[in-house]
Amino acid sequence: MKNKSLVSIEDYGKNNILKILELAEYFEKNPNQKILDGKVIASLFFEPSTRTRLSFESAVNKLGGSIIGFTDAGSSSVSKGESLKDTIKTVSNYSDLIVMRHPLEGSAKYASEVSDVPIINAGDGANQHPTQTLLDLYSIKKTQGKLEDLNIFLVGDLKYGRTVHSLLMAMSNFNPVFNFISHPKLRIPAEHKLFLDNLGIKYYEHTEFTDIISKADIIYMTRVQRERFSDPMEYEKTKNAYVLNNAMLENTKENLRILHPLPRVNEISEDVDTNTKAYYFTQALNGVFTRQAIIASTLGLI
Amino acid sequence: MKDEQKLQVSAIRNGTVIDHIPAKNLFKVIKILGLVKMDKQVTFGTNLDSKKQGKKAIIKLSDKFFMDNEINRLILVAPEASLNIIKEYHVVEKKQVEVPDKITGISKCVNPKCITNHENVIPKFKVISKKDVALKCLYCEKITDEDNIDIIL
Repeated sequence: MKNKSLVSIEDYGKNNILKILELAEYFEKNPNQKILDGKVIASLFFEPSTRTRLSFESAVNKLGGSIIGFTDAGSSSVSKGESLKDTIKTVSNYSDLIVMRHPLEGSAKYASEVSDVPIINAGDGANQHPTQTLLDLYSIKKTQGKLEDLNIFLVGDLKYGRTVHSLLMAMSNFNPVFNFISHPKLRIPAEHKLFLDNLGIKYYEHTEFTDIISKADIIYMTRVQRERFSDPMEYEKTKNAYVLNNAMLENTKENLRILHPLPRVNEISEDVDTNTKAYYFTQALNGVFTRQAIIASTLGLI
Repeated sequence: MKDEQKLQVSAIRNGTVIDHIPAKNLFKVIKILGLVKMDKQVTFGTNLDSKKQGKKAIIKLSDKFFMDNEINRLILVAPEASLNIIKEYHVVEKKQVEVPDKITGISKCVNPKCITNHENVIPKFKVISKKDVALKCLYCEKITDEDNIDIIL
């Protein structure tokens, strides 16, 4: 994986995924190691994403590296009309690795073609966010003790949610059963169902959020975004139909854990937060260890 | 019937006859092959009856021979097209358009938020369906199907 950009979760096969998770476990036990001493990491956020950026910066700091970059396009040469290619070409002269977030889809792939240093995609529009997927996998493995043979429920916006699509692809390496719960308008797209069919992976679609979750090992909640609906009334109704509250968790499995890529709006009631099955805040912490693993592995330092 | 066809489009001595073009895509084929700028004789007929296609079009080009990669650019608009290479009024070779596994250029990506529609990047696709042509963008991973193909010249 050395010097290989991480653009899409498809860049990492099963073995690489497992290697990153192993490394993440190592960094969780030994978070502060100065292996990035003397290395410069560029953090280019062409659109703001505080959570992802801080998680990356925390990972770099724990490893003793230094960070250059910008936090939104307005404070960079992009506002002067510089092309992405020129920005990447220039910054790759100053750094050993580039972490980038960009609103356009495919931008990370393009950057990886023009850059002299590896690129880590921290989100390209609605397309890919592979470090999120790897931290999701790490969270699943850590809470379940394994990745194989799990029953995974995905709830909310299954049509547009990139985290859902990448998670589905990555988990497909591990013989899962999927249950999809969403409004009919936000169903999982046909291409993803075809992908699962071709692999012989079982999945079930539901439009109601009911006690079927008693079978779940993982519930992955996602936010339903207002802009997906042309009718505001319909948005309000949908938003409230797929809310997880504490009472619903009563007859669920002991090992069940609830994940969410955050930020949440109202799709998980706050009364769930104190339930031992709520895992979304620890999930965010796992992001730091996972990103440490990805950076160290990409630079071939470990 | 054969005589009628002959009357509609006259024979050529040397060159290429492109047959089985869907009638609706004739002008796209002309654009893709750059025939507008060509100084050789070009004859075309369209809305000809075809058992296979309903209405087809045909192009006859005098003294013009194509490389395979030029012809394969037609896959998006005329996947069933066939080429007859003519020497001294006789068909000396027949070729079919071959759908490749990867395509560079030719069409734009359907996704308005794709980087290829914002920066000077040549679109690249993986062909995921050869029958009803469907292209997966190697950048944004979205799928451009037959109805959304937008030819770049």
